[in-house]
Amino acid sequence: MKTEILAIGRHPEILQTVVRLVNNNPEWNATGAGTDDEAILAFSAQPFRLVLLGGGIEKESEDRLCAAFRALNPDIIIVQHYGGGSGLLFAEIYQALN
Amino acid sequence: MAHTVLHKAETRGHANHGWLNSYHSFSFSSYYNPERMNFGALRVLNDDTVDAGMGFGKHPHDNMEIISIPLEGDLEHKDSMNNVAVIKNGDIQAMSAGTGIYHSEYNKDREQRVKFLQIWVYPDKKNVEPRYDQITLNLEDRHNKLQQILSPNADDEGVWIHQNAWFHLGKFDKGVSTEYNIKGKGNGVYVFVLNGDVKVNDQLLNTRDGYGIWDTDKFTITVETDAEFLLMEVPMEF
Repeated sequence: MKTEILAIGRHPEILQTVVRLVNNNPEWNATGAGTDDEAILAFSAQPFRLVLLGGGIEKESEDRLCAAFRALNPDIIIVQHYGGGSGLLFAEIYQALN
Repeated sequence: MAHTVLHKAETRGHANHGWLNSYHSFSFSSYYNPERMNFGALRVLNDDTVDAGMGFGKHPHDNMEIISIPLEGDLEHKDSMNNVAVIKNGDIQAMSAGTGIYHSEYNKDREQRVKFLQIWVYPDKKNVEPRYDQITLNLEDRHNKLQQILSPNADDEGVWIHQNAWFHLGKFDKGVSTEYNIKGKGNGVYVFVLNGDVKVNDQLLNTRDGYGIWDTDKFTITVETDAEFLLMEVPMEF
């Protein structure tokens, strides 16, 4: 069974790139969300193990999203994704899952 | 008492993509080593060689301070802010990726390879407006003295970034010694030897070795052979 990962970011092209890069790993499946509403809707609809918070997410949104996710799943792992590409992505995911 | 970490050159991650030969001091791309994630806010130190006529196609970045230091050859940079520039040995480029940018980097030369250091530092604030800067340094200003090439201040020497960090380059003759005083409270310094043999306090370093030192106010650098080295002072907590 694949590890479900929710990637959130405001820059559409970067978000698309992050989702594509995550999905290059056959053990992972990424869903992308560009807005808070999309993210909360997606999180309510399927069981994610990890949330990646990407670029452009304001502090208020980040706090609101984290609270909403933890209310639905107290064990959810939430990490910041830095760099917007392949450089740090895999290490961030491995680090979070391990 | 000072804390230290030694990363010998041969223990770095290595990826040879044919056109790109890269050594990673810290986990990067497919190289993952949980013991080598970062040195404070310094997250990436890649020692890259790009073949003639090759390069990195258009790719995105966000929320990272990215510094490029060419060591040999010329690298053409193009980005989504309409910057087109060539960086060459003696230049330094700094890019704040912030809310997001795309860029490409190519070695346009058909015969000569490019060697450059690609350095990523975590920013001290997220989602800043993307920016790009590039300057040409005076190579004489690092002969037997430390040349500041980066700081947090726009009106200081070198380029600036969104982080409480200072970088210096030195090109010292055999036997020359200097003291480095750490500028920021809680900062540490990662020393990277470009070539030659360098002693930091009592620790001998050779070409491409890395050495982190923190929980100290100052340290001594003595070169055992003619040597070039890079000092990267960064916050240890960020």
